[in-house]
Amino acid sequence: MTSRDIILGRVRRALGTPGDPDPEASYEQAVDRSYLREHGTRTTEQTVDLLAGNLADYRAIVHRTDREELPLLLMRLLASSGARTVLVPPALPPGWLAAAHPVRVADRAGSTAADLDEADAVVTGCAVAIAETGTIVLDGGPDQGRRRITLVPDHHICVVRVPDQVVSSVPRALERLDPARPLTWISGPSATSDIELDRVEGVHGPRTLEVVLVTGAD
Amino acid sequence: MSGTFVGMPAFPKAAHEAVGNTTLRANLRHATHTIRDKRAKAVAELDDWARLREAGKQIKDHTLRHLDHYLVRLEEAVTTAGGTVHWAADADEANRIVTGLVKETGESEVVKVKSMATQEIGLNEALEAAGIRAYETDLAELIVQLGKDRPSHILVPAIHRNRGEIRDIFEREMGPWGRPAPEHLTDAPAELAEAARLHLREKFLRAKVGVSGANFMVAETGTLVVVESEGNGRMCLTLPETLISVVGIEKIVPTWRDLEVFLQTLPRSSTAERMNPYTSMWTGTTDGDGPDTFHLVLLDNGRTDTLADDVGRQALRCIRCSACLNVCPVYERAGGHAYGSVYPGPIGAILSPQLRGTASAIDASLPYASSLCGACYEVCPVAIDIPEVLVHLRERVVQGGEFTRHGAKVTLKPARGHAAERAAMRAAGMVFGRPGLLRAGQRLAARTRRVHPRTLPGPGRAWSATRDLPKVPGESFRDWWQRTGGGQEGEA
Repeated sequence: MTSRDIILGRVRRALGTPGDPDPEASYEQAVDRSYLREHGTRTTEQTVDLLAGNLADYRAIVHRTDREELPLLLMRLLASSGARTVLVPPALPPGWLAAAHPVRVADRAGSTAADLDEADAVVTGCAVAIAETGTIVLDGGPDQGRRRITLVPDHHICVVRVPDQVVSSVPRALERLDPARPLTWISGPSATSDIELDRVEGVHGPRTLEVVLVTGAD
Repeated sequence: MSGTFVGMPAFPKAAHEAVGNTTLRANLRHATHTIRDKRAKAVAELDDWARLREAGKQIKDHTLRHLDHYLVRLEEAVTTAGGTVHWAADADEANRIVTGLVKETGESEVVKVKSMATQEIGLNEALEAAGIRAYETDLAELIVQLGKDRPSHILVPAIHRNRGEIRDIFEREMGPWGRPAPEHLTDAPAELAEAARLHLREKFLRAKVGVSGANFMVAETGTLVVVESEGNGRMCLTLPETLISVVGIEKIVPTWRDLEVFLQTLPRSSTAERMNPYTSMWTGTTDGDGPDTFHLVLLDNGRTDTLADDVGRQALRCIRCSACLNVCPVYERAGGHAYGSVYPGPIGAILSPQLRGTASAIDASLPYASSLCGACYEVCPVAIDIPEVLVHLRERVVQGGEFTRHGAKVTLKPARGHAAERAAMRAAGMVFGRPGLLRAGQRLAARTRRVHPRTLPGPGRAWSATRDLPKVPGESFRDWWQRTGGGQEGEA
């Protein structure tokens, strides 16, 4: 008998009488979903404001701009942090970094973690942003790249297209996301509560997280 | 469970020693009070909290009721997505599987994400015995590992340490494990976090094997979820070539949509945040992104025994947020170590005796490690009625009876130490069942009340040593009622 058989046998004996023959069919009725899909009513503009407020509350640095100004803003952000190299996902819209000075480093399949550690910053898009929690979600799309490029560099600049990519709540975000893709939910820079249960920013992930809310972007 | 806290004294003795440690008490009081108020605020932001809590309970209850179905479903989904699923009936088997998988890679070190399941099975010790070094990468776990200490909290295993103690541990112990602590390290939390960042960086960048647990596993998609703060989780889950996740079988949720409940309730209950800094979700393997080999080890280790108990089963709903620890007056004073398990606090008091059985002194005493005040139930985001299970387990310890151990029904003998209590209860039962006898007893007690001792003699001495005996009134309620017609005729 395999351990699989043993465990499944124990589960069935523990439960005694068999449950529903088709539990997935009865699941709809088993759970009361009367909790809210989103909290409060807001205009689109207010939702974007809430996102900005909550991101800032957890120490992300928030900037707002439009499509025309975006390249200049990114240039300034990279320059002021003194970045000499910037990692670029495979299909970042080419105009975004048109004005930026740092050397662009492409993420190659063969790039090791140590190679990525050499880069000073990374610029990406995102899949969706959640206003109520101040969260951005990456799904490895072509303007975001694989997970490691937003992890190893110490400075992450994430561009959120507003209002299209902004949702109000966690339930709304899950509706938009594809579980088959590797997902990273980011709410502020890396932090810890491990010393006396008090929050301190800046441990292993990027210590600086800048989020650019851009209107009218491609 | 195995490999944990062997030879632990029963809770009262361990707690008695802990309560005398004033540094420990001050550290715990500071930390738990800080988080208590913050949690209440974070929860108050959601006006549908009660409904989210109820939905979380219902999701978990449905899953547990059909656990065999969802386990098989999960196995299919993970396998289809490129993962390999292993089943471990107990701690030893899980340790053997993980050790074998690491050896297959030819590596002799692994980086670990904080995981209760691997703590529970004593994986680090098993790996060490096989010549494999496991590096804990969560800050608090690192503090515990470097300090050769034991965890004392589910979320913050080093909660019993203050910043000064952490500084000393880093300064003394980081060198032998790798990069030493920076010179002139102070006890500022930001500097301590920086020291951990520098110490672990080289380990992350060279790691070939990562070991994790998971907060949730989605049966329909095969997705695993790890919720964390520091980024050490992301490092361990994405940089290595091989990822091994050891997860308790109760961590399943049926559908992707179910995460919408727990991703709202867990961070607010746990760290009192709207959302924790990082959450990673992965489904099998992804070409060119993250580990190319993924193993999932499904762990029983007493969970099916717990499932067999209709009342105790609800402990398996636990999502390990640790809100119950932070509000518990007993935990706040006794600290986590007194519970003799990786699961301390109220949830530990009902989980450990069920996962391990009540044969040892510590496990038999854990159901009593509570004042039954109910604060734990109030804050639990999946509405586990911890006091109900505590009372149920007390009953099991005192009266014995049938329960399940390693999948087989066994009969537990009544505990010996409770003979006097049982005799007293039997006598009380007999008296309460005979009104005449009760009346005679009450009158006798009232007349002799001037000579009642302040402490009980014999086996009752221990009980009355910490309690004031109630004063017997001069007249019993029933005599008063009879005399006055229930107060109709006024007081005489």
